[in-house]
This record gives sequence, C-alpha cells and structure tokens, in this order.
Amino acid sequence: MTPRPPLGERAPLLKMSHVEKTFRGDIVALRDMNLTVNEGDFISLLGPSGCGKSTALRLISGLMTPTSGKIDWTGGQSKDDLGVVFQEPTLMPWARVVDNVWLPFRLRGVSYNEVKDQVLEALKLVGLEKFQRAFPRELSGGMKMRVSIARALVTRPRLILMDEPFAALDEITRHKLNNDLLALREAIGCTVIFVTHSVFESVFLSDRIVVMAARPGRVIREVQVTAPYPRDEAFRTSAAYAAHCREASEALHDAIGVAA
Amino acid sequence: MSIAETSQISETETVDQEELARYRRERMMKIARWTLPSLVMILTLLAWHLYVTIWEVPHYVLPGPTLVAQKMVEDWAVLWPAMILTGRLTILALILAVLGGVGLAVAFTQSKWAEMSFFPYAVILQVTPVVAIAPLIQIYVDNAFVAALLCAWIVAFFPILSNTTIGLKSADHNLSDLFTIYGATRWQRLRYLAAPSALPFFLGGLKIAGGLALIGAVVAEFVIGRAGTGLGLASTLLEASYRFNFGRLYAALILISVMGVVIFALMSLISYLALFRWHESALKREK
Repeated sequence: MTPRPPLGERAPLLKMSHVEKTFRGDIVALRDMNLTVNEGDFISLLGPSGCGKSTALRLISGLMTPTSGKIDWTGGQSKDDLGVVFQEPTLMPWARVVDNVWLPFRLRGVSYNEVKDQVLEALKLVGLEKFQRAFPRELSGGMKMRVSIARALVTRPRLILMDEPFAALDEITRHKLNNDLLALREAIGCTVIFVTHSVFESVFLSDRIVVMAARPGRVIREVQVTAPYPRDEAFRTSAAYAAHCREASEALHDAIGVAA
Repeated sequence: MSIAETSQISETETVDQEELARYRRERMMKIARWTLPSLVMILTLLAWHLYVTIWEVPHYVLPGPTLVAQKMVEDWAVLWPAMILTGRLTILALILAVLGGVGLAVAFTQSKWAEMSFFPYAVILQVTPVVAIAPLIQIYVDNAFVAALLCAWIVAFFPILSNTTIGLKSADHNLSDLFTIYGATRWQRLRYLAAPSALPFFLGGLKIAGGLALIGAVVAEFVIGRAGTGLGLASTLLEASYRFNFGRLYAALILISVMGVVIFALMSLISYLALFRWHESALKREK
C-alpha cells in the first residue's frame, strides 16, 4: 500500500454538491450539503440527533435519492465501492460468522470457495478467525460488531460508511474497537465516513470532522485533526488531542446553539 | 480475624447450600415431570374402573377401562387400518396445507395486488365452519377421498398462510437495506433474507396446522362418511356409537388422541431441529 498523501493533496473520491433532502414536502432533513470526500480520508460527521448525518450516509449509499443537488463518484460508482456498518451489528442470526462475512460476495453470485481466502483474511483482520463457525448469538456485542466490520471490508471497498457503529457498546469495548479500526485502516487503506455524536471518538479517529447542526440539518464547520497516524492510546492523553477536542467541542456547541 | 473474612466464609457456605438446594429442586422437577401426570392417569383409570364396577354401570352407557383395553386388542384388525387411513388423510392434508400456505404467502408478499385481491377470500374460507362447507364439497367433488382431503386442507392451511406471510415481512430493516446496497435480486432477497426470517413463524403455524389437519380429517370423515372415504378412525367411532359398541368407540377415541399427540410431538421436534442453533425461542437459559 502506498502511503497516504497529506490532507489537501488527496485525489477526490466523491463530491456532494448542493445536496438537499426533504421529507413529506416540508421537513428539511438536509440543507445544501457540499462535501468532497478524498481517497484516504477518515471523515467524521459529528452533530446532535436530527442534524441529518444519517440521512447524508443514506444518500451516499444510494438508499435514498437527494431531493435536489447531486452526488458524483469520480470515475463512476460500482457495487464494489461500498461497505456499510450500521449501529446494530445487523448480522443474519441463522448464518454462521463465515456465511455472514461471505454475504456481499454471495449476493454477487460468487461461490464461497472462490473467495474463501478473502473471507478468512477479513475475519483475521478483526481478530475473529477462531470464531468462523460460531453463530452470532454466541458472540458478545463487540465481537458481533467486528463481524459486521469484517463483512463491510471483505470486498475491499473504496469507501466504508459507518453509522454510529460503536454507540451501543460500553466505553472499554468502544476504545478497543476505535484502536482496532484505525489499525485496520492502516492495513487496508480504505476511505471512511463515520457518523458519531461523540466529540472524543471523532477526534481520535478522523482527520476531518464535519460538524453539523439540526433543524434544518446542515453543515456548520469542518475541523481538521492534523495529528499523524498511526494514533495509539498515548494520543488519547496528549495535549494535541485535548486541543482538537476543545476545538471540535466548541464547534459542536456553536451547532447546538445555532439550532436552539 | 476480621469481619470481612467471617462474612466471606459464611457466604461461600450459603452459596454451596444454595447450589445444593437448586440441584435437588431440579432433580425433583425432572422426576415430577413424568411421575405426576402418570400418577394422575393411574388414579383416573382406577376411579373410572371403581365407578363402573361398584355402581354396575352398563357397558353401553360407560364401558370400564378394562373393556376398552380388551376392545382395543380384539378390534385391532379394524382399528389399525382405520388409523392408517385417517393418518394418511391427515398427513396428506398437512403436506398440501404447507405447500398451499407457503405458496400463497410467497405470492402475497411478492405482489401487493395478489394480496389485496385474494387475502379476503382466504379469510372467508377460514372463518366459514368447515362442517358447513363439507356437504357442498361432497356434492361437487366426485372422489370422496379428494373431498375429505379438501375439507382437511381448508382447515389446516390458514395458520400456515397467515404466519408465513407475517414472517416473510418481518426481515430486519437494516439487513434489508444491506441487501439493497449489495444489489440483491428479488430471488436472493427471498431465499437468503425473507425465507430464513419467516422460518420461526412458519414453524409456529405448522404446529397449529398439524392439529387442525387431524381435526379437519375427523370432521371430513364424519360428514362425508365411510361410503366415500373408507373406514377411518372417525367413521369407525361414529359407526360404533350407532351400534352401542362403546368399548370400540372409546378405543377409537383414544387412538385419535394419540395421533394428535404424535403429530404435535413431531412438529415440535421439526421446529426444534430447525431453530435450536440460532433462534431465541429454542434457547435454554441459565436461571
């Protein structure tokens, strides 16, 4: 993998221009969103509930179409470009761990034997190669989320969308998964858009934080976290981390203040 | 010696005693699960026997358990083929109910138009008592076995249809979104998402339908009669009542109940085998 170029020198992956989403004619979920996602970015969408961050993800994933504006993928988009992780692990309870991870390939008509190596490699990346024959109910919440992540990255997509994936987990598990997610990203070099309402999580993970406000949902400001990767536990207690948290926190307060 | 130490010791002792008590309770429960119903049965049979002998109840009013047992053995040559016939009718009706119920459920969930057009008629077919329809079926369907099968099918298919329809619609929304993102075809969505989601619901319907198929078969035999269907358990029972052969009547009745219990046990076993690995309903939890 080639080293990631610094912010500002990355090739664009997709561009959202003047994207708006209105529900039932008058409820504005998202107003005039402009965002360029570059190859290698780790972008967090940070904001209070109702700020349209999940709507933005659904628009990018194609589950919704914008009311106006457009989303353009550089060089077009194919089905292989996307991996998605939801707030819930969203595994098929009747299928073993391997079969859950195989799903994206299976839906393309690719047999298990053809992609066995990739499936096992993905499980290895999330540290669950020993649990491939287990059923989801036999796993803890954190482990289920790892399976979900393995499934999202098994096809090596160009972009992974994560919708508050760790919100339902306890703090300790969440920190561990944050560290592992960054290690994964270093290993496979994907682009991530990560929805969260935690300032600390967004600063630890991302190099770009897009702060959003509610009613109507819109982008308020972008905060750049210039601290270099790889980031480890020491980063959580560093002065740089604290400074970035303050900056993001203030931006978020502005967002809430504007909304109220 | 500190207070903490003392409390620790007594705590472990309590835990041990609690464990022991729990273990004892569990064993008692295990034994009681079989012995209590058996005891009830023995006492009932005894009371029945004493009532019949002490008050000298005539056998055409209430036959004693010994007479019933005797008839069961004596008439086995009549009862066994009758049971086979009723069993065949029931199983066939159940199989057709599964095919019809699941088929219609898939059609209903795949096409809103089909559901809107035909679901009300499925309900009407279900709520109209089969006893009321059976004579008509007998008139219009020449083959009496087919007529009886149709009666049993009408009673049995609805719980499968209704449960499977709900099941097919109950797939997790996020999983459904995921299938959309990965560009799943209609068939893939049905095969890999809707069908497994519907399985627990379908199996719940199957348990009900198994019992209903037997009831449907018995009703059909009653209404359509031996002339057409041949001598099943229900027609044997009816005939025995006409001849005041109450020993045989009771023997037939017991066999019908046994069939019902066997069918229920079979359906429960199928359900368990299909679900025990993954579904909440089949999980045993430590208490």
